[in-house]
Amino acid sequence: MTRVVLVDDHQMFRSGVKAELGDSVEIVGEAGDVDEAVEVIAATRPDVVLLDVHLPGGGGVEVLRRVLGGARSGPAEGATADQAAPTRFLALSVSDAAEDVIGVIRGGARGYVTKTISGPELTSAIGRVAEGDAVFSPRLAGFVLDAFAATDAPSIDPELDQLTQREREVLRLIARGYAYKEIAKELFISVKTVETHVSSVLRKLQLSNRHELSRWAAARRLV
Amino acid sequence: MRSVAETCDDRRVPENPGEAADAPPRLERRADGRIAAGVCRGLADHLGIDLVIVRVAFAVLIGAGVGVIAYVALWLLVPQRSDVRPRRDWTQLFAYGVLIGVLSAFTLTSVTERRALWPLVAGGVGVGIIWQQADPEHRRRWVRNTRSLWIRSVVGAALVIAGLAAFLLQNIQHVGQVLLGSTIVLAGVGVIVTPYLLRMWHDLDDERRERIRSQERAEVAAHVHDSVLHTLTLIQRNAHDPKEVQRLARAQERDLRAWLYQPKADAEQALAPAVRKISAEVEDHHGVPIEVVCVGDCPLDERLGAMLQAAREAMVNAAKYGGGANGETPSVSVYAEVDGDEVMIFVRDRGRGFDLDAVPVDRMGVRESIIGRMERNGGKAEIRTAPGEGTEVRLELKRS
Repeated sequence: MTRVVLVDDHQMFRSGVKAELGDSVEIVGEAGDVDEAVEVIAATRPDVVLLDVHLPGGGGVEVLRRVLGGARSGPAEGATADQAAPTRFLALSVSDAAEDVIGVIRGGARGYVTKTISGPELTSAIGRVAEGDAVFSPRLAGFVLDAFAATDAPSIDPELDQLTQREREVLRLIARGYAYKEIAKELFISVKTVETHVSSVLRKLQLSNRHELSRWAAARRLV
Repeated sequence: MRSVAETCDDRRVPENPGEAADAPPRLERRADGRIAAGVCRGLADHLGIDLVIVRVAFAVLIGAGVGVIAYVALWLLVPQRSDVRPRRDWTQLFAYGVLIGVLSAFTLTSVTERRALWPLVAGGVGVGIIWQQADPEHRRRWVRNTRSLWIRSVVGAALVIAGLAAFLLQNIQHVGQVLLGSTIVLAGVGVIVTPYLLRMWHDLDDERRERIRSQERAEVAAHVHDSVLHTLTLIQRNAHDPKEVQRLARAQERDLRAWLYQPKADAEQALAPAVRKISAEVEDHHGVPIEVVCVGDCPLDERLGAMLQAAREAMVNAAKYGGGANGETPSVSVYAEVDGDEVMIFVRDRGRGFDLDAVPVDRMGVRESIIGRMERNGGKAEIRTAPGEGTEVRLELKRS
């Protein structure tokens, strides 16, 4: 079963999430601030950390920075080399401001969902993140499409700074409220391929130096 | 504990319990915070006049000569209050000493020498006013000198004295020497005064920042009060009606989100805010949450206005008939994208879906207000639906 650590400064919200997730995952730890989170994650080595963006002590980004640190093997992977199973992060927040969303993704989270998400949806998002895939909410997809919109500015690294036509189509469908299965059906591709596209978008999101991304990240001093 | 605290506090004297509250206190010399004998302090208390006024008046009178007799007479005749610990206020003593000294110099010196004293008097009055205006906390901070400040003050004073000495001792003939002397004096004054001015400047800056912060806090408080508290009251009142409670909570959430995260935008002018506004209205009216994602934006025109009307109709339909097929909560997704000159709006629900061909020709909803409206304005509408798969309305329009 997926081992999960819950990081949120609201006790009430944590118990709510626990009740919603029920027996579908194993909650191995909880934390209410940055220091506690870093400690619990180091002690329990969970598969997935459900991470609140706004936390006392520096926010979710600070947790990502301290846990993934300089030792991460690849920014998109979010795993330390010596760890057998890498810990992956799924950001969970009430905020849907671009600065928060993009900031935490660039910090190393594999996905972003808002707290209005339903229990079953959250379970499936956790499962997907645990397997190393990315989880995009419709709103995050919208932000990405906005950020990668065609501009006149020449890109430094076209491979990273532009989305392919296919990735764009996948993101559009996510923004329209389609589930991965529905996207696969719509585009006549397999669910695995949809996941590959989304992961590739996530990588670009984390590594690209596009102006909009750095601006959003800079707005929370996260560059 | 209380009495100890009161006796330690040398500024405030415990009220005499036998005394009527509104009767002026008896004329007594007050030894706490006195300068010389506590005459002015007692007089100020007795007459109900500001202490500073009494003191300055006495300083002027003493400086002019006559005040000395009055002061000594009061000193001898007025009894000293016994219930307070005597404490002399040295900084005040120094300040008033200087004031009296300067005034005495005026009365004792000749007319020509007085001229030289005027700048000194003006400067002194200025410093005095600033000192009086500042609150005790500020005064303490100004006086609390670090070692470097002391060294600076000493160096500055030395420069001033050197400059003045150059003026007074030598019989200055040349312009060059005058300039040199003046420069040395100015440099000395600068060295002494600069740190104080800087500190005052910082204080002002801090104060301004604090004021801005408190204004922001007040604004947040006002907003929370007007919206959130109001909604919470309504929710409590409507606790028996889950649908209404949900509607209220959802509307409040949307409002708060818009206030916190979204730049102020005009729904009359641009597409994205207009789409958000319309979906908010539908959401409010039908109590179904609508998730809106907008990519890109463009100014509104008449044809886009018609497109928005069509989108609204689609949202209303989705909210009405988009109830979950297997009893899940209904949810509606709206996606608007401006890509170059192409504008697209998608409205999707996860309801039962329906067979489009089975819809009677005369049903106005879909055919007229969505498809017909789009076609009249040079766009197109496409409805994809199948039983059990929900419905998606796709609106497309080329911008002119």
